[in-house]
Parts: sequence; C-alpha cells; structure tokens
Amino acid sequence: MARPVKILLAGEGGQGVQAVAEIIAEAAYEKGREALYIPNFGIEQRGGVSLAFVQVGDEPIGPPRFETADLAIALSDRAVVRSRPYVGPETTFIYDSSIGTNHLPQGVTRLVAVPAIEVSKKELHPRVFNVMILGAVIGLTGVITVEEAKEAIERRLGHRFEKDPALRELNHRAVERGVELVKGKL
Amino acid sequence: MPAKPKPVEGEKKVFMTGNEVVAWAAAAAGAECMYGYPITPQNEIMHYWTRLAPKFGLIFLQTEDELAAGFTMLGGVLAGRKSFTATAGPGNTLMQEPLSMAEMMRLPAVVVIQQRGGPSTGQVVYSQQEVTLTSLGGNGEGLRVVYSTSSHQDLYDYTIKAFNTAWRYRFPTFVLGDGYQGKMREPVVMYDPELRGVELVPAEPYVGRPGTPGVDRPPAHLRNAYSIEEELYEAVMELVREYEKVAPEIVEHEAFGVDGARVVAVAHGVVFRAVKGVVRELRQQGVPVGYFRPITLRPFPADALRRVAATGVRLLVVESAYGQLARLVKEALSGLPAEVHGLYKPGVLVGQGEIATRIKTLVQGG
Amino acid sequence: MKGVQIQPAMPRSWRPETKPHKFCPGCGHGIVLKALGEAIDELEIQDRVVFGCDIGCSLLAWDFFNVDTVQTHHGRTTPVMVGMKRANPELIVVAYMGDGGGYAIGTQHLVNAATRNDRITVILVNNTQYGMTGGQMAPTTLPGQKTETTPFGRDPELTGYPIQGPEMVASITRDGAYVARGTVAKPRQLKGFIKRALQNQMAGRGFSFVEALSTCPTNWRTNAEDTWKFIEKEMTKYFKVGEVKVPPELARGKGEREDG
Repeated sequence: MARPVKILLAGEGGQGVQAVAEIIAEAAYEKGREALYIPNFGIEQRGGVSLAFVQVGDEPIGPPRFETADLAIALSDRAVVRSRPYVGPETTFIYDSSIGTNHLPQGVTRLVAVPAIEVSKKELHPRVFNVMILGAVIGLTGVITVEEAKEAIERRLGHRFEKDPALRELNHRAVERGVELVKGKL
Repeated sequence: MPAKPKPVEGEKKVFMTGNEVVAWAAAAAGAECMYGYPITPQNEIMHYWTRLAPKFGLIFLQTEDELAAGFTMLGGVLAGRKSFTATAGPGNTLMQEPLSMAEMMRLPAVVVIQQRGGPSTGQVVYSQQEVTLTSLGGNGEGLRVVYSTSSHQDLYDYTIKAFNTAWRYRFPTFVLGDGYQGKMREPVVMYDPELRGVELVPAEPYVGRPGTPGVDRPPAHLRNAYSIEEELYEAVMELVREYEKVAPEIVEHEAFGVDGARVVAVAHGVVFRAVKGVVRELRQQGVPVGYFRPITLRPFPADALRRVAATGVRLLVVESAYGQLARLVKEALSGLPAEVHGLYKPGVLVGQGEIATRIKTLVQGG
Repeated sequence: MKGVQIQPAMPRSWRPETKPHKFCPGCGHGIVLKALGEAIDELEIQDRVVFGCDIGCSLLAWDFFNVDTVQTHHGRTTPVMVGMKRANPELIVVAYMGDGGGYAIGTQHLVNAATRNDRITVILVNNTQYGMTGGQMAPTTLPGQKTETTPFGRDPELTGYPIQGPEMVASITRDGAYVARGTVAKPRQLKGFIKRALQNQMAGRGFSFVEALSTCPTNWRTNAEDTWKFIEKEMTKYFKVGEVKVPPELARGKGEREDG
C-alpha cells in the first residue's frame, strides 16, 4: 500500500506558506490524485508561525496531521523550531540559507540550505518568494509537474495577470527558479 | 411562482474545507434557516451560508449569543422551516439550554458541532472532548441523535441525513465534527440527494396552521413544564419509549477485521482515520487486529459492540479526550467481562506510530 | 329582559375549557391577558397570533388562549418568537414574560431584538419581584421593598435602582418602534396600548414593547386595599405610566401620545 507523500511547510505569517500549500494540494487534486491540506491555526489572527500540512497520494489520505514529514521546509528561525517535532532521520529538511544553524534538527540525513530569500530579492521579486518555494517542493517531490503548478497559479491569480501580464511571467520564472535551486541538492 | 433553484444540481466532485461542505449540504437537504453565533472553528459555515443565501432564498440571522442561536432556531422549526445552527466548545455548553427544550418538546433541531479543546476556552483548534456534552448534555435523559463524521464525504452525507432523521423521528440531531475537519481541504462529491434516491423528509409547521384555533381546529398548546411529578414521569417515559423504539433504525457503525482479532481498536471522527490506516497495515503484517467505529454515538451501537466484546477480544479505545468515548463503550458493555484499555490524548490527534505501538503491546499480552 | 345584549365577560380568543385560570386571587396576569384577548378579538387576528410565554407565572398561560401557544425557557421567549417571525412573517407573534424574563436573564435578547427592530410584540408584566419562585428580588424591586432575597428591604447601594425598561427600549430603538407602560389599574388604557403594539407589528413597522404594572398580593403579602395602594401610589413613583415612544403613523391615528 503506497503511503502518501507528507510535506510540511513552515514560515512566518506573510511569507505565503499557506498559499503554496493550497496550490500544491489543489493541483494534485485536479490531476486526479488524493490530497489533503490543513493549515495550523490558533487564537491570534496575525503573527505567529504558519505551518501547513500537505499530503498527496493515490489512496484516500488518513489523518490530517502526520507525525513525521517526508519533506519539511522551514523559512525562518522560528519556523525551524516549530517544525522540529515533525522531523525524523529520514525527513528531507530544507531551510533558507539566511537562517542560523544553531536550531537545526539533529540526526537528519538530508539537510539542505537554499538561498531562496536572497535569490527572490536579487533576481525576481520578494512577492514571489513563496512561488519559488513551490518550485522547490515540486523539484524535490514531483507531486505535481511545473505545468500543473502553473495552471494552479493561473486559476488562483489569473484575474490579476489579466491586468498585469508581467506578473504571470514573474510567477512562472519563480517556479522554474525554485526547481533549479534544489536540483542536485540531494 | 418560479421554483427556487436547487443549491446542488446533479453531482460534482470538489475540493473544499469541511465548513464549506456543511453549508452546501444543509442547503441541499432543504434547510432554509440558519441562526448562528461566531465561535472558532465553525465560523466559516456561516460565512458560506450567508453567501449562498441570496442565490437560494435562504434565511440567516447572526444572533447575540449561542442561547439565542439555539432558541431562534427552535422558533424557525416551530414555524415549519428546516433550521439549524452550528457551534463549538463554550458555545456548545450554552447550546444545552435550547437543546433541552428541543428534547422535551421533540423539536427537530439540527446542530453541527466542530469540537475544539476544552474545558472552558481551551484551544480553538481540535479535540474530541465534546462527546459527553453532545451525547448526553442538557438536564434530561440525553434523548438525541449524534452522528460522528470522519471525512468530508461523511460531513456531506450525514448533514443531509441529520435533517431527515430530525424531521422523521423528532429528536434533536447533531453532526459531531471537529476543527480539523472544519478547516482541512480534501475531495468530496456533492450531489442532489433526490438524484441518489435519498428522500427528503418534509418540514411542517407546529404553529400557524390554517384555520382559527378553537374554532376550525384545536389550538397548538406546546409546553415543556409540568405541575406534578407523575405528569412529568409519564411525559418522559413516553419520550423514552419512542426513542428506544426508533433507535435500531438510527444506529450505525462500521467494523473490520474483528473476527479472530486479539485486539480491536475503537475510535470515531478523525482519530478513526488514524486507526484505520494502522489496523490495515498491521493486518498486512499478520497482526490479528481489527477496528470498530461507532458512527452514531447516540444511540450507541451497543449490540454490535457487545457481539465483538463477547469473543474475549481486548478493546483499545483511542480518542482525543480523556475517556469520553470510553465511558460510552463501558456503559454499552456493562455486564460483560470485557477488557477496555485507553489511549487518551485530550485535544491532540493521536499519532499512528503511537497507536501501532500500543496495539502491538496489547496483542503480545502487555 | 328583552332586547338586552349580555356582554360576554370572556374574550373570544380565550379558551373557556381552561377557565377558571390558575393564577392567584388578586393576580394582575388575568387582567393583562384579558386586555390582550380583547385586543386580539378587536383586531381579528386570532388565527394569526402565536403566543409565547416565559418561565415564571406567565407559563401558566400555556393553555390560556384559543391561540397557538409555545411555552419556552426563562428569558428565551424573545428569541424563540424572533426566530419564528423571521421564518414566517405572516404570523403575529407575542412574547409574554415577567420582569425576570425581560430585565434579568432575558435582557440580552430583549436589547438585541429591540436593536434589530425585530417585528415582534413583547408584553412584560412587572410586579416588582419573582412570583413563581416565591418572591425574590427582581430588577424592578423598589428601594426598601422587602422580598425573600432582600428581607430587610432592597438596598440601592448594593443592588441598584429599579430598571427603567420601556425608557431603555425607547432609547435604543429608532423610528418605527412602539413603547409604552400600562397598568392593570387602568385596564382599558392597557388594552389600548397592547392593541397599538400589535397594530405596529401588523404594519411591519418595528419592535413593539408594552410593560404592564401588575399586582402580586401573594408575594407582596398585602390585602386588597394595600395591593392597590402599592400599584397605584408606590410603583408609579418609579414607573411612569403612559406611551414612551409612538411611531408618527400611529400617533396621527388616535390623537396625541397618551400619558398617565
């Protein structure tokens, strides 16, 4: 029985973690796979660490939260700390290279730093930072293809692209760049 | 007058949150009134209902608190419209007030509960700690129907069923979900119930029927207060007799692998999803384990569980509460020499690894 | 006697089979309910009225009328009738309660229904204490008044002054609301207020509220003479009888706002 892929995304509120998670889950569903996505949520409306749990598989997904992620991506110091309970020795742990290494989880076989924040600032635009992360997830798990990701983004933001086609280009480039960033890193 | 458009036509597969599913299901079931009060994690049910309302001629009022939400809902029911409300946690505590009135007066109230951590304000996210309150709340005998859902398909199917059950049998009926179900997204097939042969039980008014009361017809004199002890006794015994008569038609459960099992895990809601996966995987490894999932917590599937327990199997109750499901299990099994173990994690989704470890320990006799 | 029509003592909308009623001798409920019954008769709405009663002595009216009736929980009659009216606006709904049901446990609902301008008619019977439960203090108890929970007299320092219900309702409602305070000491005037409160709902104008000063010799422990003295002389020191708020359309009909 094939287990679903378990992806954990963790970041500061405002880094766009939930949007990425929703796009992945929805795109996987659109292509006929089983998917489940749940955000963490608490009392505060703003602030706090944003966690997203995404599972993609071929059979109906089990419980909405998992104990150990197959892939965990942490985008800030606090996010690293909050995601540690879900990291096991087999988890692929991706973190932004701007994060200090003091709190990184121990005993993880695959620990990879990616300069996502830096690249999005220098080469693209900070606003598509999370779309780069989307690309990174695709590159590492293949749960959806780049094309499918672009279609999902179109469904979500198409109305904005109508007014500003350059945005579409920017988003597409961000996905591709994200894939490139993690190529060969494992 | 043109017929109102149906909220759900045909069948369609969608990917949405559980709270949105509830709103659509209620509309598909023919509900016309929602009265509600904000409390996390069920607020989005109201958000979606109010957006559906103008399209399908639905009624909504955000009331001043859950007491009012429950009582205005009863007013809607009395006027002959399928009405419902939704709440959680401290709101569920308040909801016992109006639901006691519904229990005594056999009013077909429908309430959706998205459980959160308790007691008191607790946490707004998730738990299975409202089992006792929802199944046995109020100052009566707990004559109510409770459906515990564990997937979005359940939320859709059982929300529709709740309205039918309520209007057919006239006991307050609950759909017991939780914050995770409310907020997570997964696939679900929405359908027009009548296309699938699900007959929608019609609503009918308790008050305001045609004719002048006392002249053309008897007046409706509806009350919930009695003067003498013996009067109340007769009234309650009548309720109990009716409830026990229809309970076998309402009760639901599902079970797997119980024949020849050494351990049977008992769970409901999203915890059942965790248990199901563990049990199936362990069985593939040759471990003699099964599961039992009560779908109605009230009436509890006691007969079915007693048959399982009679084989001498060890039961493991797994829940995100401290023994609330276990209490119902033990009551159902009273008189039998059944071993009931517990894996209790109040307010926390029990992990599959933990469940598997515990089951294996029990299988080995530990 | 030929040619003399004997006036029926009982309103048509009353239910003869449940008379004599269960209220205490000297209770004001009988007079308020007669005023309501006569108003229903005169407006010919017996087939459209739904009468809701609260917990307290008002619950004894559950089978009082030949009118659809629902007895609810304490303080919850207002929301039940709100929900009912919104589900079927053709009904004329009356929420009948005592001072506890409206000014204590049910104030939340009263204030919000008034603020929403719900098209319901609330009739609140004010007899300055909680009758059915044995005479405890109510929000309407007068300073110095002895009750079971103020055996030495109500101390306003400790528990405040009697609530001015109609005045509060008038101040939080907008145009379209009808608010009045009547008294069982003036039954014809009370009937007039109740009738206008029902008409206001029938016209779909807004929230209608009538407080009725009433008597409770059982818990006041007064004889007939002292009972009337209390309601006519003492209660009126704190509760002013008259119309408090009248929509312009209603005022045009029957002359000026009625006072006293």
